[in-house]
Amino acid sequence: MDNESMGFNFNSLTVHALQEQLQSGATTSVEAVTSLLAAIAERDGELKAYVTLDAEDALAQAAEADRRRADGEDAPLLGIPLAIKDVLNVTGQPCTCGSHILQGYIAPYDATAIAKLRQAGAVFVGRTNMDEFAMGGTTENSSLQVTHNPHDLDRVPGGSSGGSAAAVGGGIAVAALGSDTGGSIRQPASFCGCVGLKPTYGRISRYGLTAFASSLDQIGPMTHDVRDAALLLGAMAGVDPMDSSSVDCPVPDYTAALSGDLKGMTLGLPQEYFVKGVDPEVESAVRAAVARCRELGAEIREVSLPHTEYAIATYYVIATAEASANLARFDGVRYGRRAEGATDPIDMYGKTRAQGFGPEVKRRIILGTYVLSGGYHDAYYLTAQKVRTLIRRDFEQAFEECDALLSPVTPTPAYKIGEKVNDPLQMYLGDMFTATANLAGICGLSVPCGTTAAGLPVGLQIMGPAFGEEQILRVGHAYEQAEAGS
Amino acid sequence: MADDVKKGPEGIDTAYVAHLARMVLSAEEVAEFQPQLEQVVGYVTKLQELDVSGIEPTSHAQPLSNVLREDAVREGLSCEQAMANAPHSMDGQFAVPKIVE
Repeated sequence: MDNESMGFNFNSLTVHALQEQLQSGATTSVEAVTSLLAAIAERDGELKAYVTLDAEDALAQAAEADRRRADGEDAPLLGIPLAIKDVLNVTGQPCTCGSHILQGYIAPYDATAIAKLRQAGAVFVGRTNMDEFAMGGTTENSSLQVTHNPHDLDRVPGGSSGGSAAAVGGGIAVAALGSDTGGSIRQPASFCGCVGLKPTYGRISRYGLTAFASSLDQIGPMTHDVRDAALLLGAMAGVDPMDSSSVDCPVPDYTAALSGDLKGMTLGLPQEYFVKGVDPEVESAVRAAVARCRELGAEIREVSLPHTEYAIATYYVIATAEASANLARFDGVRYGRRAEGATDPIDMYGKTRAQGFGPEVKRRIILGTYVLSGGYHDAYYLTAQKVRTLIRRDFEQAFEECDALLSPVTPTPAYKIGEKVNDPLQMYLGDMFTATANLAGICGLSVPCGTTAAGLPVGLQIMGPAFGEEQILRVGHAYEQAEAGS
Repeated sequence: MADDVKKGPEGIDTAYVAHLARMVLSAEEVAEFQPQLEQVVGYVTKLQELDVSGIEPTSHAQPLSNVLREDAVREGLSCEQAMANAPHSMDGQFAVPKIVE
C-alpha cells in the first residue's frame, strides 16, 4: 500500500514539506485534506488508528485555511492537517479518552495546545485511539477498538498514544499529537517507526488535556521527522495562566537548533539502560546509532543512573495515586455516562464507575487509592516521592557532564496483540527506560534507528535536561539526516 | 487511621479499596484483580530497600510555588454550555437521585 493520492505520499509527507507546497501555491489545504481522507479510508480499516473522523468538518476547516491564505495570511501551520489523541479537548468534538464513561461527551472548549495550533492555522482532521485514560502501553486497553501496528498487523502499535503512532507510522496522518505520562509518546513512536517528543514538564500547558497523573503528564508531537517535532513544539510551547504548572521560560525557534552536526557535544550512555533483558536486535540498532553520533562529532561517555531499577516501582505508586484522585471526577453527574437504576448518589457513583471504566483503569484506581490510604501513605506514596528525588538527582548529575543521554526507548520491539494484556506487571516493566524522564521532569525524544530482521522498527531515545529540547532535537536531527543520506 | 484499610493476605483487600474508590466490582472482577494487585504491591515494596531518611520528597518536577494570577473576571462557560454534557439536568442544574429521604 503506497498511500499515494493526488501526488501526496503520506508515508513520508512532512509538515514542513506541505507547508512549502501550500506557501508556493502548488497545492491547497482542501486538496491535501481530501487526499489524506482518501488515504485514511483506504488503510484505516485495517489499522483502526482513528476513533472519530468528521470529513465534512475537516474539509470545512481546510477551506477556511485556504480562504485565510487567499486573504494574504501566512500563519505558520495554515492548512496543515493534524491527528489528535482522543485525550485532548477540541471544541465541538468528542473526547472519549478511550473510555465508555465519556461516551457522548462533546468538548465545550479548546485545550491550550489546541488553541495555539488553531491560531497557527492547523486543521484538526480526526481523533486517534488510545489506552483508556492513557493507561497502558499497547492501546489494547481502549474500550473502543484495537489498533494495529502498521509494520505488522498482528502486533500492537504501543501505547498509550498508539492511534497517533499508527496513523503517522502507517502513512495516514501528516503529524499527530500524543500525551506522555510514562512513555506514552516515545514508546509507540518507537514501535511504529515515527518521531515522538516528550517535552520538559511545564513546557506545554496541560490545560484541556484530560489528567491522568498531573505531575507527570505532558503533551507532545508525533511526526515523520525531527524538524516537524521542532516546529510543532514551538507552536505549542509557552506559559499559560490556565495551567499554573506551566513554566515561564522563553520559547526559542527550535528549528534554528537543527545544525546537522554534533561537534562539541558530549553524549552519555547510561549503563543501566544497556542491560540483560534488552533484546539483542534493539541493542545492536541503538549501538549503531551511537556510533553514528560519534562519527558526527559527538564525544560518547558512559554514565550511571544508579536508581534506575527503582523507577517502575516509583512510577506506579505516584502515577496511580495521582490517577485515583484525578479520575474521581468521573462520577456520572456532570458529563459522560450515568448508570441507570441507582437508588441514591453513592449507589450511582459506584455503578457508574463500575460500568464506565475498563479493567486496567479499575486496577490503577484501586492501587492508587490503596497507596494513599491511611496507614499506607507514608510507606508507599511518601517513599516513592523521596525515591523520585533520588532519580531526579541521578539525571542532574549526568547532565553536569553530558548534553544529552542516548539509550533504547524500550527493551523490545512491538509484541503480539494479546501477548501481555493479562499480565499487568510484565506490561509495566516495559516502561523502564521511559518513565524515568517523566519522574525527573526532563525531556525525551524517540527517533527511528533501523529495524529488526523481521522488519519491526527500533527507537533511539535521546534524553535532555529540563528545557534542553534544543539539544535533543539537534542530536535527533543530525542522526536522522546522516542516516537518510547514507 | 491504620484500620481504614482492611488487610488482605498480601495487604490489599481489593473489594474494600474498590468501595473506598466508589466502584462496585463484581465477584469475578475481585477474583481477577486480587492476585494481580498483590503482585504489583509486592513489586513496589521494593522501594523499602532504599534508605531515604533525610531525602526531601519531590511532589512536582519543576520548582514552582505560589503561582498567582490577577483575580480578574474573565469569560467562562455559559450555564447552557456547562450543562450540555450532563446525563440528567433540571432547570439549569445537575440532577441526581434523592440524597435525603
